[in-house]
Amino acid sequence: MRLDQHLIADMIEPRTRVLDIGSGDGTLIGHLYRERGCDARGIELNMELVTRSVAHGLPVVHGDADHDLAYYPDHSFDYVVLQRTLQAVERPQEVLRQMLRIGRYAIVSFPNFGHWQLRLRLLLGGRMPMTAVWHTPWYETPNIHPCTIRDFLELCRQDGYIVEKWMAVDEEGERAPWRRSIRLANLFGEQALFLLRRR
Amino acid sequence: MNSTAPLGVGEHPHASFPEGVELDCGVTLAPVDIAYCTYGQLSAQRDNAILICHAFTGDQYVAETHPLTGKPGWWGRMVGPGKPIDTNRFFVICSNVLGGCMGSTGPRSPRTDGQGAPQELWGTAFPPITIRDMVRAQHKLVRSLGIERLFAVVGGSMGGMQVLEWAVTYPQMMLAVMPIATAPYHSAQNIAFNEVGRQAIIADPDWRGGRYWEEGVIPARGLAVARMMAHITYLSEEALTRKFGRRMRRGPVGGQGPEGPVSTFGDIFEVESYLRYQGSSFVRRFDANSYLSITRAMDWFDIAADHDGDLTPAFADTAVRFCVVSFSSDWLFPTSAARTLARALNRAAANVSFVEIETDKGHDAFLLDEPDFDRTVRGFLCGVAEHAGLS
Repeated sequence: MRLDQHLIADMIEPRTRVLDIGSGDGTLIGHLYRERGCDARGIELNMELVTRSVAHGLPVVHGDADHDLAYYPDHSFDYVVLQRTLQAVERPQEVLRQMLRIGRYAIVSFPNFGHWQLRLRLLLGGRMPMTAVWHTPWYETPNIHPCTIRDFLELCRQDGYIVEKWMAVDEEGERAPWRRSIRLANLFGEQALFLLRRR
Repeated sequence: MNSTAPLGVGEHPHASFPEGVELDCGVTLAPVDIAYCTYGQLSAQRDNAILICHAFTGDQYVAETHPLTGKPGWWGRMVGPGKPIDTNRFFVICSNVLGGCMGSTGPRSPRTDGQGAPQELWGTAFPPITIRDMVRAQHKLVRSLGIERLFAVVGGSMGGMQVLEWAVTYPQMMLAVMPIATAPYHSAQNIAFNEVGRQAIIADPDWRGGRYWEEGVIPARGLAVARMMAHITYLSEEALTRKFGRRMRRGPVGGQGPEGPVSTFGDIFEVESYLRYQGSSFVRRFDANSYLSITRAMDWFDIAADHDGDLTPAFADTAVRFCVVSFSSDWLFPTSAARTLARALNRAAANVSFVEIETDKGHDAFLLDEPDFDRTVRGFLCGVAEHAGLS
């Protein structure tokens, strides 16, 4: 399990209901189910990964964040998780709204477009930045809605979500030390991780 | 016709229910025989039973040589020791559907008078049955075997319809269900294909108004045409192309002369020859009136019908674990239908897995070699056992 998945797992109370959107090979829900006694379910777009998850006895449906969340009833989960995907969905604001309709809490992680390397590259090179995190050229990247940590906080404020916890992490998922300052986190954090709830 | 007539009622292992089954149409059908096969051992706790529901023209001979055709069981690659549905671990039951012709009560069974003495065959007087009626009969069988709760109910195509009906009608009776290559209702296209099959049978002069058995004939041509047409719907275009392409073979009418074809139907395409074979072998094992009864039952199938067309309430508060499986090239029960079902289950907050298996083999893929599908079945059942603390 990736380190940031451990950080996510640590945000989740044992024996709760969890929906992981983009559950991949099922690592996180498998961990939550077997180690934490959670009723953890997944949605995954890649059919090969869906099959692999189901073949491991995990409840996963084929689907995606943009098209399938509408079919889940209100308050049917305690936590709805979206890992490293918010920037790639068609309608991030709507996805967030759906997550907090379905779940009591939303756990969202995304790559921070405010990272200093990206800023510097755009400033000095005048070209779309390419880094280890943002590694596909602009014409084929699935990341159609990049945002910074401050952008995301502004959206939460605007839509009335309460930020219960947040942290900046580096690409390996190691927790970064800039948690006291949003501005520093926005400059030095490669990935951001948020625990939100409805007001 | 005796040499080609299928086995009669009573020659297949069966359970008898003199009290019969109360049908959706209001009639109580009595007595009722349900022919069935079992594999593996029922555990002392009676908690390891899996009911397999067969497809339209399938039967209870899941994993053994068929007594009539001599062919291997229709799901022998899925059910058996060490197979995805592992009979070293599970006790597997499969029964011939009500209305069928492999030992369960159907149109070819004799009616009885008030004293229980056999009269003439039911024929077309057999009461209209539904998928739910089939499930009611299976429920009687399962209870008569001393099983209070099934581990799982599994089935493809029409078997998948029965699986869904089980989940809706007896939600406390199983831990998990696997509806495979199926839909929550029969579509207009499905009904249309069934109607063509029925009309082919009825148009055969040997059908004799449904009383063909009186004169020792069977509407073989009509039944064969129905089967040929239906068989096309079970395959994909890619599968047909791969198997037959446009290859031709010497037909029965004569060959090709030096100046070209001597007869329009002299040489035939291999796909034609294949379908003719499928049709002619089918009529030896399947009863025409059963064909009519069962296709009609499928046509009436609509889980949402009892809930004003809304599928979700049918599954409200269900504790059953679902694994919905579709196949990418299945155009008879397409993935879109499975997705509708999966979404309705999500709306009902059910525990649901939904997998589309990538294959070019069409609807019949669930009977064929599909390693991803095998893994899905095995893994889902293991997961259910783990969750239930049975592993």
